[in-house]
Amino acid sequence: MTDIAAGVQRRESRIVRTLKGLALIRESVVGMIGLALVLFWVAMAAFANQIAPFPPNATLYPLAAPGEFVEGMGTFWLGTDHIGRDILSRIIHGSRQVLLYAPLATLCAYLVGIPMGLAAGYRRGATDGVLSFISNVILSFPVLVLYIIIIATIGASGANIVVAVTFASAPGIFRIVRGLVLDLRNREYVFAAETRGETPWRIMLVEILPNARGPLIVDACLRLGYVIITIGVLGFLGLGLPPPDPDWGGMINETRQMAMSFPHMTVFPGIAISSLVLGFNLLADGLREVSLRD
Amino acid sequence: MNTKADYDGPILECRNLSISYFTRAGEIPAVVDFNLTLEQGGSVGLVGESGCGKSTVAMAIMQYMGSNGGIVGGQVIYKGRDLATCSEEELRQLRGNEISMVYQEPMASLNPSITLGKQLMEVPLCHENISEKEAYGRAVQILADVNLPDPERVMASYPHQISGGQQQRVVIAMALLSNPSLLLLDEPTTALDVTVEAGIVELIGDIAKKFNTSMVYISHNLGLILATCDRVNVMYSGVVVENGSVDEVFDHMRHPYTKGLFSCIPLPGTDKMAHPLVPIRGQLPLPHERPPGCYFGPRCDFFQEGRCDKAGERGTIDMRDVDDRPGHVVRCERWNEIDWENYRPEGVTSYPLQAGEEVLSIDNMRKYYELNDNSIAAMISGKRVRYVKANERISFNAHEGETIAIVGESGCGKSTFAKVLMGLETATDGDVVFNGKDVSELPVQQRSPEQVGSMQMVFQNPFDTLNPSHAVGSQLARVIKKFGVESDKHKIEQRVMELLDLVKLPRDFARRRPRQLSGGQKQRVGIARAFAGNPAMVVADEPVSALDVSVQAAITGLLMDIQHTYRTTLLFISHDLSLVRYLADRVVVMYLGQIMEQGTTDEVFAPPYHPYTEALLSAVPIADTSIKKKRIILEGNLPSVMSPPKGCPFNTRCPRKIGSICETEVPPFVEAGPGHVIMCHIPMEELKSVEPVIVQVDKDRPAAE
Amino acid sequence: MLIFMVRRFGTMVLTMVVVSLLLFLLLEINIGSVAIKVLGPYSSEEQRNIWLEANGYFEPFYIRYFSWLGNFITGDFGDSIRFKVPVGEILWPRLANTGILGLATMLVVIPLSLVLGVLAGMKEGSNLDRGISVGSIVTTSIPEFASAPLLSAIFVFYLDWLPGTSSMASGFSLVQLVLPAMVLVLYDFGYVTRMTRASMAEVMMTHYIRTAVLKGLPYKTVITRHALRNALIAPFTVIMLQINWLLSGVIVVEFFFAYKGFGALLLEASLTKDIFMIEACAMVAVFVAVATQTIADVGYTYLNPRIRFA
Repeated sequence: MTDIAAGVQRRESRIVRTLKGLALIRESVVGMIGLALVLFWVAMAAFANQIAPFPPNATLYPLAAPGEFVEGMGTFWLGTDHIGRDILSRIIHGSRQVLLYAPLATLCAYLVGIPMGLAAGYRRGATDGVLSFISNVILSFPVLVLYIIIIATIGASGANIVVAVTFASAPGIFRIVRGLVLDLRNREYVFAAETRGETPWRIMLVEILPNARGPLIVDACLRLGYVIITIGVLGFLGLGLPPPDPDWGGMINETRQMAMSFPHMTVFPGIAISSLVLGFNLLADGLREVSLRD
Repeated sequence: MNTKADYDGPILECRNLSISYFTRAGEIPAVVDFNLTLEQGGSVGLVGESGCGKSTVAMAIMQYMGSNGGIVGGQVIYKGRDLATCSEEELRQLRGNEISMVYQEPMASLNPSITLGKQLMEVPLCHENISEKEAYGRAVQILADVNLPDPERVMASYPHQISGGQQQRVVIAMALLSNPSLLLLDEPTTALDVTVEAGIVELIGDIAKKFNTSMVYISHNLGLILATCDRVNVMYSGVVVENGSVDEVFDHMRHPYTKGLFSCIPLPGTDKMAHPLVPIRGQLPLPHERPPGCYFGPRCDFFQEGRCDKAGERGTIDMRDVDDRPGHVVRCERWNEIDWENYRPEGVTSYPLQAGEEVLSIDNMRKYYELNDNSIAAMISGKRVRYVKANERISFNAHEGETIAIVGESGCGKSTFAKVLMGLETATDGDVVFNGKDVSELPVQQRSPEQVGSMQMVFQNPFDTLNPSHAVGSQLARVIKKFGVESDKHKIEQRVMELLDLVKLPRDFARRRPRQLSGGQKQRVGIARAFAGNPAMVVADEPVSALDVSVQAAITGLLMDIQHTYRTTLLFISHDLSLVRYLADRVVVMYLGQIMEQGTTDEVFAPPYHPYTEALLSAVPIADTSIKKKRIILEGNLPSVMSPPKGCPFNTRCPRKIGSICETEVPPFVEAGPGHVIMCHIPMEELKSVEPVIVQVDKDRPAAE
Repeated sequence: MLIFMVRRFGTMVLTMVVVSLLLFLLLEINIGSVAIKVLGPYSSEEQRNIWLEANGYFEPFYIRYFSWLGNFITGDFGDSIRFKVPVGEILWPRLANTGILGLATMLVVIPLSLVLGVLAGMKEGSNLDRGISVGSIVTTSIPEFASAPLLSAIFVFYLDWLPGTSSMASGFSLVQLVLPAMVLVLYDFGYVTRMTRASMAEVMMTHYIRTAVLKGLPYKTVITRHALRNALIAPFTVIMLQINWLLSGVIVVEFFFAYKGFGALLLEASLTKDIFMIEACAMVAVFVAVATQTIADVGYTYLNPRIRFA
């Protein structure tokens, strides 16, 4: 009680409070399944070296069927690809690429989209008009067309994927934030802050943004899932991360010619990426369900 | 099934009805042991504060409880049939045909994408075997019956094309189309302006006579119950605490809660010094935290341990008959022991005015908004920019320690006026001199911290007056820092504590989140925030209108106490004339952005009146059987601010319009006395000869006893 | 209303102009690289300059842009570097193929997702609702490039019911259309279903539905006359906007199944740096997207009487 105004203490409690809010997810079965899927892949990525039975890029034994045991090497649980790399090990290692670039790209997109949305929704008028038009122009491209043009122009690399995702996703985030702000800006506590002469940026960041966090967290989960798909698609189209490091989309691309004769090479990476995306989507659904309850 | 004509028993009976909602937290009893008997042609009121279960009863009568609600005990009997035994199909035939309902939000109750005509015709088409043409004729007829002008046009309209009052008339027409035996009205006027409300209340009274329909009228407003019902049930926390005829309950109430309710509401016509407002202490208990025995026990001054906390067989205190008063029952153990004559609870005192120096002086202030007109006609004529005259010719002043009430209905320009004062908008023309400086063209960012801190605001809606993301203490601390009152961390903290003391909240509320506070508590924090910078003037925008009446009195009292202590000037924006009469020293009446009348409270509440003030006074529902009002019902709709009438803004609805001068010339400000100004063409002599609107019939009898 | 349509159409044209400018900037601002792409990396400096001179590339930027735009509007997209024929000759047949694929997909997606969405939204929280909701989350989680191999494995490898490629080398074949369309449907219907469900569930919670029930209308009438009309406004917009997403999915599916469509063409053009083809394809894609958005907006206004008569 002695130090209620202490800033540190307050900031801590806000993080704790948000986490407590997120912990409500345990009340949603769907959300828990989603969380389990996501945590499963995070664990795979973190301990890939320990878990994976073989080095991901080693040429071992071509065209092994799933579960095939090879003398002196061991069992290829998910088989091997056309040049003899173990698919299970490649999938496990591949989760690293996805779980590194997808959150990074999403974070960058939010860092661009949120300030734009705040400014447009709070100031309205010309600011809103210009920002909205820009985002409408970007959003009028079919997403993949935009990615292909960007990546084909600036080249394929991890950093460029982050740039492309930021460029293509920020307008969507902008729209959501703008909508939330247009609603929140009419609350009386915003009015109260205005009547005591707070600066616009303080009102946007301190008074408005914290109250938009619920929908934004849900949106971030959905968007993460979508960015994972995007990275996969780029890999699949041959515009993703350069080989030989495993990348789920790239694995399907490399072996798609053999999909009709050796389905395991394409099916298992597909299941891997789908399960991770599903994890984020279920998590988002669970969070939304929990947040609507109270 | 009984046909509508040949049944002569009670229309509706509820016997020991108990209703619960089932949530994740378990069963929540919403209504307990509810009894009601409604005879043919009778009208019964259910009155109580929010959360008392009155709307739940209506939904139970309709057998429409949603997926998580259910009747857990007792029966609803309609014309001798237990509705619980009816099949879905039988219920369907009753709904809309025998029992129909009018709702609180007319706009939300009507389908936005179907014309009103189709929505009306549906009712007879589905319940009776008639042709489309007959149904159309019936619908037009009923629209005329509810006094809607031009029914044919209404039939072809969509809901958003007509005004709120007209929408509610359509909903009532829809409910009456099949000539039902029972009409349920759930707060039918709560969403409407007071002059529009008066029209609807009159219509409901007419219907009861004309169609011989039995009615259940649900409201939180005792005055409306008095105007519409012959019996009343007072509900508190899911139970009926008192039931009897309206006269009996209003004049000889027995339950301490009923008594408390009447003591909370300001009554115009009574002397405010002699009849203080008495807030009910404490808060309404949550349904799953009700105390044992009497639910009102913890808030009751007559609570007796060992008696009032012992539950009867139904989970709470049993109903008692009041001796010698047949039909009057009360749910109180001690109803015949309480000595009301010598009961003098501590009330909210109002203070005689000792006005000091002039704090605020507004001279001929105007605020116009520019509006781009995109209609084709405007493009052709080249007049693309139109002006919305939100405020026009606003002049008045305010002194230290004075309370000025600004009264008006929606669209009268009160909010714009507040924004100009606070510097969120700048005035188009005229002066706003505050503490000796003209601030009319000074936006808030250009005002000094002292200027900003010395004029603060209390807001209307307790549910978003505080930022839900920040603790109460840190929100107050921010204001203290911002206004430069204190800068040292410990001194700020000290000041936060003082402010919480000032608004009578426990100090540990500083660490709470807004959602852990009740509406009244949030409003207290809102007041603390406004007074953080030791303001010279506080603008309170409908600070209590969203609160329950028992809380309203406490908040009003608190505001007046603080104001008196600091000799703050209070600008009280309100639509509630009863409350204004109670606390204001001077009153400013606004209509469509202009001041119609201003003067001291006594001057404004007595003739000469501006015709609009007169209508407004007449429209206020008053919960006092000894008061008689002149009935003035305004015709027509409130004009849009976009296209206000020429001449006098009130001319389109004025019952005293004297001729074409009202339509062509803006009326002059006429002084009826020093400081009492009326804007009207009617000669002052004529205005002075008008009878008072509110008259106390029997002055010897105390108002609410 | 008329004003709204005119303004909406104006925005559409403006968007197209800005998009064309962006594309032009991105692809043709550096004339040196244009020449390299056209003449190949082994061309000499001199050859390139002659080509640039001959094609007016030394004119100021804005003149080049306007003449390019002028040609574009009149349907002259230039010659494909890869195919050495006018872009239009390749583009239009490919677009028609994609149109067939898109149409087939939409013909399944629209009725399927509307029916499922309405059924789920009618009784929020019921088992049917939960089933449909979870089902649609699962299918939207499987990207096209994952479901395409999976469905191929099932229908081509194990069951041997369908052909594994859809190149239509020997004329149009309905059987070859099945797998690509199935992949697109699987990924796309979930989103529309969820949006329809949300819209329906929201409408079912409104007071006017309560009014309709308490008027004593039969449940069927409440749904068909009062609920559907309002609940289907939002899905209409969603479906129109879905066409934009479909254009993305088409690229993946056409690439996987070797379907000779517009998406595959755009991808190949990007990979081979066939800049005039890229420009044409991108403009066509954006035009389709912007046009459907405009239709969505105008249609939304038309369906919503609160705006129509405002």
